Amino acid sequence: MTTASTSFIDRRTVIDWLGIVPFMVFALAFLIVPTLYLIVGAFFNPAGEFTFQNIVDLFSPSILGAYWISIRVSVASALGGGLIGFFLAWAVVLGGVPSWIRSSLLTFSGVASNFAGVPLAFAFLATLGRTGLVTVLMRDWLGFNLYSTGFNLLSFFGLTITYMFFQIPLMVLILTPALDGLKKEWREASEILGASSWQYWRMVVLPILWPSLMGATLLLFANAFGAIATAFALTGASLNIVPILLYAQIRGDVLHNPNLGYALALGMIVITGISNILYIWLRTRAERWQK
Amino acid sequence: MKAHKIFAWLAIAIGAIYFFVPLIGTFEFSLRMRRGIYSFDAYQSVFTDAQFRATFGFSMLMALVTIIVGMLLIVPTAYWVRLRLPQMRQVVEFITLLPLVIPAIVIVFGYLRLYNSSSWIPFTGSTQGTNVLLTFSYVTLALPYMYRSVDTAMRTIDVRTLTEAAEILGAKWPTIMFRCIFPNVMSGVLSGAFITFAIVMGEFTMAALLNRPAFGPYLQLVGANKAYEPSALAVIAFAITWLSMGLIQLVSRFSKLTPSRP
Repeated sequence: MTTASTSFIDRRTVIDWLGIVPFMVFALAFLIVPTLYLIVGAFFNPAGEFTFQNIVDLFSPSILGAYWISIRVSVASALGGGLIGFFLAWAVVLGGVPSWIRSSLLTFSGVASNFAGVPLAFAFLATLGRTGLVTVLMRDWLGFNLYSTGFNLLSFFGLTITYMFFQIPLMVLILTPALDGLKKEWREASEILGASSWQYWRMVVLPILWPSLMGATLLLFANAFGAIATAFALTGASLNIVPILLYAQIRGDVLHNPNLGYALALGMIVITGISNILYIWLRTRAERWQK
Repeated sequence: MKAHKIFAWLAIAIGAIYFFVPLIGTFEFSLRMRRGIYSFDAYQSVFTDAQFRATFGFSMLMALVTIIVGMLLIVPTAYWVRLRLPQMRQVVEFITLLPLVIPAIVIVFGYLRLYNSSSWIPFTGSTQGTNVLLTFSYVTLALPYMYRSVDTAMRTIDVRTLTEAAEILGAKWPTIMFRCIFPNVMSGVLSGAFITFAIVMGEFTMAALLNRPAFGPYLQLVGANKAYEPSALAVIAFAITWLSMGLIQLVSRFSKLTPSRP
């Protein structure tokens, strides 16, 4: 009797676990093992001996420079996109604008946050490039030559404003629900207690909202850090950001050491990984107020 | 009160400028091909380009195969996890979010090391094998979006009761899967499919590094060599994204109207 029931349970458990085998095999083969292969490879030299030399070599000036430009572009586009995105979300949730603006902004944000890659680079070249619409209109109407100011679309600043095109809508999409979660009662309560608008924002809204704000900004940062197609189409290989360096390394071993390439990839995973872990932690904090 | 409303409109205005000026600029630029007057010559040049048609068709086919493979993998998994393995839910969810954490270029770098022609499983040894690998790489990229939309749709149906009812009526597993579960999560499947379509059509990194003639690398190539065609292509790409997102909205609105929910 007992043996029969245990074997029945065992059979059922086995079937239960068999059900997710296809998914697990897929995830292992095409996501986890390829990534682990690079991570492990970063700690070996081409002869197959364990070493930290690749990690040390990451701190050479040229590679460190690439990481530094990447981090600066990602931080700048995350902060710029985050700021404008926050004000847009605030305007449609609390700013008292007509509701059709809110729904069109959200629909448009869904589209624009997915409009990245090569075509986005084309769009900005056609707008702010040397013969782009805005550049030409400024020259013809205002007599102002944008490029005489040292502005260049194929630069740190140009890449940042291009990335902001998908960063702003992403921020809008993440922050709108968080702002919706601010209860009317909180504002009323603080007004009854004699708080000014500034005090309400500083002592009620910000403490509630900062995990969402920080978390969303981190997500924007990781989003920009891993992106390559836009930068590649915009600047070719002239702007030395990490994904482009890695692309060149995969194509032609420009670092003359395959294992240093693995370390370069490891560095990217570490940076996007840390920002995502922080994001998840902040999101769980933010959700406490959204019930 | 007055001041904050002005400020709100100011924010909207800045946002509108940021969103619309590049789009207007792109469209205007795409019309400039013929000297002095606006024309659709750039579009004509794009549409008559044999390479455009070939790469566009290739990416469309890839998107279709990706959607089918991805859904056959994800819908049964999401169903099974809800029904039998709720303790694995967080693990599976975590795995599906990994492609957002690990940059695409890192994933494809791993493929090239692990599945090159001198490895145990030489996917990249043949054209057909590389196409299979490219499909799997797209499924990986689409995993977070597909899983989320399917799982959201599955939350609104009572998986357990549906399965038990079907079993009592004598249905076998394929019948339960394809005639009970799939039709009930169709809104999620379609939303996931459209976003996957938009992702695959514009994807550059995977296809370029696996050396397949997809639409993304073609865009990059045209961008490096031509003047007006890139902006025409950008307008087309934007239209594809807009179409995909519009269809998602339509599907979700449509599914809200269907009252057959427990």
